[in-house]
Amino acid sequence: MSASDANLDAALHSHGDTHGHGSTRGYIVGFVLSVVLTAVPFWLVMTGVLPGMVATALIIFALALVQILVHVVFFLHLDTRSEGGWTLIAFIFTAVIVVIAIAGSIWIMYHLNTNMMPMPPGTISDGM
Amino acid sequence: MATTELSPADADVTWHLAEQESHDHGGNGATMIGFWIYLMSDALIFAALFATFGVLSTAYAGGPGPREVFELPLVAVNTGLLLVSSLTYGLGMLAMERGQAGAVRLWLVVTALFGLGFIGIELYEFSHLIAEGSGPQRSAFLSAFFALVGTHGAHVTFGLIWIAVMLVQIGMHGLILENKRRLMCLSMFWHFLDIVWIGVFTFVYLFGVIR
Repeated sequence: MSASDANLDAALHSHGDTHGHGSTRGYIVGFVLSVVLTAVPFWLVMTGVLPGMVATALIIFALALVQILVHVVFFLHLDTRSEGGWTLIAFIFTAVIVVIAIAGSIWIMYHLNTNMMPMPPGTISDGM
Repeated sequence: MATTELSPADADVTWHLAEQESHDHGGNGATMIGFWIYLMSDALIFAALFATFGVLSTAYAGGPGPREVFELPLVAVNTGLLLVSSLTYGLGMLAMERGQAGAVRLWLVVTALFGLGFIGIELYEFSHLIAEGSGPQRSAFLSAFFALVGTHGAHVTFGLIWIAVMLVQIGMHGLILENKRRLMCLSMFWHFLDIVWIGVFTFVYLFGVIR
């Protein structure tokens, strides 16, 4: 066994320990960030401080996106090196599919609804 | 070992692969990436449910809308419970790393209690809605709501069963390699459910109330 072997061994161990399970500080930082990113949207909606509904909606969705990233980094410990980068690639691929599925469905169905011929009320018997 | 014949680059590649096979820090590379792929496929199930809810979220059929059926203070408490349970599970993983089986079991119990609180409040919300005639059969909006939130709740319930199984496993065998691997998979599962919940409380509850 050479010295370089021992160094490599130590490097792999430290790699696994820092990127595999995180640290107390990492969990605390992630938790505090999440509490803030959860409390702010609830406060915005429950008090209605912002006059516009669009502004409130944009802010709460932006904060949710940030909080998802905080959870993925601080709790799931996703980085460019775990499992040789394959977890990151799978995550990005899934995120793209999720966005296409949700945004695409809502977009298409919204336009289908607005392009439907308007029916006078009472024409369709609703919930017989 | 005679390393003099090898160039440094060759030596690095050879050593690295060999070490990766034997030092998988309590887990197993193939299991971890396989479980990650499972979580990603589970995310696609939730994507379909979110898309369905998004399309049907205004189809009230003359029934109650989000403002009538959602109680935000209750949702806020639930969100807090799940978030704290994520932290306590993380602290349990750190105890596992230090090899403290007793501390791991303690954190698992604390995590399970927060998870039980979450499920309890959710069941209260569901039974309350059904009792006042706002069950899943009332409108497409409520069907999509029960399907999405109910699927998440079912996942949390299975997570609680998994925690109970791990408490027994650690009690019987201690922190052996297999149990560490299972705890790491459960860790990913539990944090994943908290991430899905971020989408639920933002898209379903908060956005539902302001739209």
